[in-house]
Amino acid sequence: MRRSGVILAITAIVLFGAWWFYESRDPVPWSDIEIDKLRSLWIGGLPPVPPDPSNRVADDRRAAELGHKLFFDPRLSGNGNVSCAVCHQPARRFTDGLPKGRAIGLSKRNTPSIVGTAYSPWLFWDGRKDSQWSQALEPLENPAEHGGNRMQYVRLIACDPEYRAGYEALFGTLPDFSDYSRFPEAAAPGVNPEWNAAWQLMSSEDQERINEVFINIGKMIAAYERLLLPAPSRFDAYIEAVLDGDDIAQQMIFNDAEIRGLRLFINDARCTECHNGPLFTNNEFHNTGILSYPGEVPDRGRSNGMRKVLGDPFNCLGHYSDAAERRCAELSFVRTGIELVGAMRTPSLRNLEDTSPYMHKGQMISLAEILDHYNRAPPAMIGHNESSPLGLSRSELRQLEAFLETLAAPPATTTQWLAPPDSAN
Amino acid sequence: MVNYLKKNKFHASTLWTTALFLLLPLSIIAAESGIEATQGKSWKSAAGKFRVSYSSELEPIIINQIHHWILHLETIDGEPVPDAEIIVTGGMPAHNHGLPTSPRSTQYLGNGDYQIEGMRFHMAGYWEITVTINTGGVSDMVLIPLEL
Ligand code: HEC
Ligand code: HEC
Repeated sequence: MRRSGVILAITAIVLFGAWWFYESRDPVPWSDIEIDKLRSLWIGGLPPVPPDPSNRVADDRRAAELGHKLFFDPRLSGNGNVSCAVCHQPARRFTDGLPKGRAIGLSKRNTPSIVGTAYSPWLFWDGRKDSQWSQALEPLENPAEHGGNRMQYVRLIACDPEYRAGYEALFGTLPDFSDYSRFPEAAAPGVNPEWNAAWQLMSSEDQERINEVFINIGKMIAAYERLLLPAPSRFDAYIEAVLDGDDIAQQMIFNDAEIRGLRLFINDARCTECHNGPLFTNNEFHNTGILSYPGEVPDRGRSNGMRKVLGDPFNCLGHYSDAAERRCAELSFVRTGIELVGAMRTPSLRNLEDTSPYMHKGQMISLAEILDHYNRAPPAMIGHNESSPLGLSRSELRQLEAFLETLAAPPATTTQWLAPPDSAN
Repeated sequence: MVNYLKKNKFHASTLWTTALFLLLPLSIIAAESGIEATQGKSWKSAAGKFRVSYSSELEPIIINQIHHWILHLETIDGEPVPDAEIIVTGGMPAHNHGLPTSPRSTQYLGNGDYQIEGMRFHMAGYWEITVTINTGGVSDMVLIPLEL
C-alpha cells in the first residue's frame, strides 16, 4: 500500500515535471516570414482614418462636438430615454453586455463596438450600410431601438439653441419648421402607419427639407465616431520588441503560452485569413457556421445586407452623399453571389475584453467556446462554412485564448469624448 | 582665407562623392523597379491567341484596399487589341472562394490598355485572377497567378 503510494507520488512528480518543462521551454525564434505577418497586425501599421468623401463634415471638429452631444442625448428617442450610449456604452468598449441590443424593444442582433469602424467600408453585421453617417440614421427610427421619427429629431435641432447655432454654423440656415400644418409633430416613412401617413401627405420639397437635416444629424454623429480609435495593447508592445530584436523586452511582455498562442493564430489556426491587418479584421463577409439564435431561423447575413445597401437612398451613390460617383468604389463594385448566404462581417478582435457575448446574435459567451467552435468547424445551418476543422489540442486552444486576451486596450480616445459632454468635470 | 577655401573645396568634393555614392545604387534600384512596373510579366492565353500583362495602382499590392489595375492586351504577335470585352473574376483555389468585389473593365485607354476598377484582396495567400477576353468572335482566357 505504502509502496504504491510512493510510486504514485513519483509518477505525479515526473508528469508534472514533464508538463512544466514543456510549458516553460524557450519558444523558437520568429522566422522572417512570421515577422512580416506580425508586423502586418501591429497597430503601428494602422494608417490614418481614411477620408469619408460622402460626409463633408467628417473631419470637422465642430461637427464632432455636436455629434458627441447627439450620441449621448436621450431626447433623440420616442420615449425620451434612449441615446446611442444606452447600447454602445463607453465603459464596455461601446457594447452592452447583452446577447442582443435592448432599448424600447429587442434589437435583431448583438451590439458591436464602434471603435475603429471608421476604417470599415461596410457597417452592421451584414454590411447593409456603407457609411457611418448613413448607419446612424437607422437605429434612430428603429422601433425597437430609439423608436422616434425624423420630423421629431429635426425639430429638436431647430428648437435646441445649442444644436441650432452649431448646425447653422456648419450647414447654413435651417428651414423654418414652425408651421405645424406643413410639418406635423411626427412624420417618417416606414413602419409606423400614423407617421408614414403624415409623411406621405407632405410635399416632396418639405420631405426633402426634413431629410437634409436628418442626414446631417447622421453626419455629425459620424464625425464623432471617427474619433473612437483603438489604442496599442500589450500585443503591440510585444511586436515592437520583436521588431526591435529586443529579446529581454519580449520575455517580459509575453509569457510562453501567449507566444505560442500568437504563433498558432498566424499559422496553424489560420485566424489571419479573416482577422488580418492592424484591426484584426478584413471587414469582409464570411460564413463561419455559427448556430442560429435559439428558436430563430438562420440569419441570411450579407446576402440580404448587400441587397439592402444597393437599394438604400442614403448610400454613397445617393444624392444625400457628398461623394462624387467615382469615390464610391466599394458600392460600385460590390460582390454578389451564393457565398454570401449566412456570411457576417468579420469583427475586430481588439475589443474582446468586456464585449461578451460574442457573434452576430450573442450566441457565444466565452473565448473558450469560440475556439472550440473553430476547432470543430461544424457544417453551417445555412450556406457553407468557409473554415475547416483545426485539430488543435486542448492546451493549444488555451494558448490561443491567452494570446487573444493580450489584445485588450481601452480606446485611444481621450476621456473627454468617452463621457456625455455636460458630465465632464 | 586660403585655409578656408581649401576646406570648402574639400567639403564640396566629399559632398559629390557622397552624393554619387548614394545616388548610384538608388538609380539602379529605380531603373530596376521601373522595368518591373512597365514591362512586368505577361501571360499567354489558354488558346494561345493573346498575351496579357497588368500594372496595379498599388505597388506592392496590399490586402483590404480597393484599387485599380491597368490590363494590357495584345495578340500573340504583339499587336495591341482594342475594343475587347474583358471580364475579370478570381479567387483563392485553396479556400474555394472568389474575390470580395466584382471588378469591371470600365474604360479602354488606348494602345491595348484597359482600366480594371474594383480590385481588392481580403486575405494573404495564393490568388488566381481569370481574365476572359471576347473580341471579334474570338474568346479566350488568361489565368494570372498572384501570391500576396
Ligand atoms: C437598442 C440598442 C442600440 C441603440 C440604441 C443603438 N445601437 Fe448601434 N447597434 C446596435 C445593434 C444591435 C447593432 C448591430 C445590428 C446589426 O448588425 O444588424 C448596432 C450597430 C451599430 C454600428 C455598426 C458597427 C459595426 O461594426 O458594424 C454602429 C456604428 C452603431 N450601431 C452606432 C450607433 C449609433 C450612432 C446610435 C445612435 C444613433 C446607435 N448605434 C444606437 C444596437 C444599438
Ligand atoms: C473565414 C473567416 C474567419 C476565420 C478563418 C476566423 N474567423 Fe473569427 N470571425 C469571423 C466572422 C465572420 C465572425 C463573426 C461570425 C458571426 O457572428 O456569425 C468571427 C467572430 C470571431 C470572434 C467573436 C468576436 C466578436 O466580437 O463577436 C472571435 C473571438 C474570433 N472570431 C476569433 C477567431 C480566431 C481565434 C480564429 C482562428 C482560430 C478565427 N476567429 C478565425 C471570421 C473568421
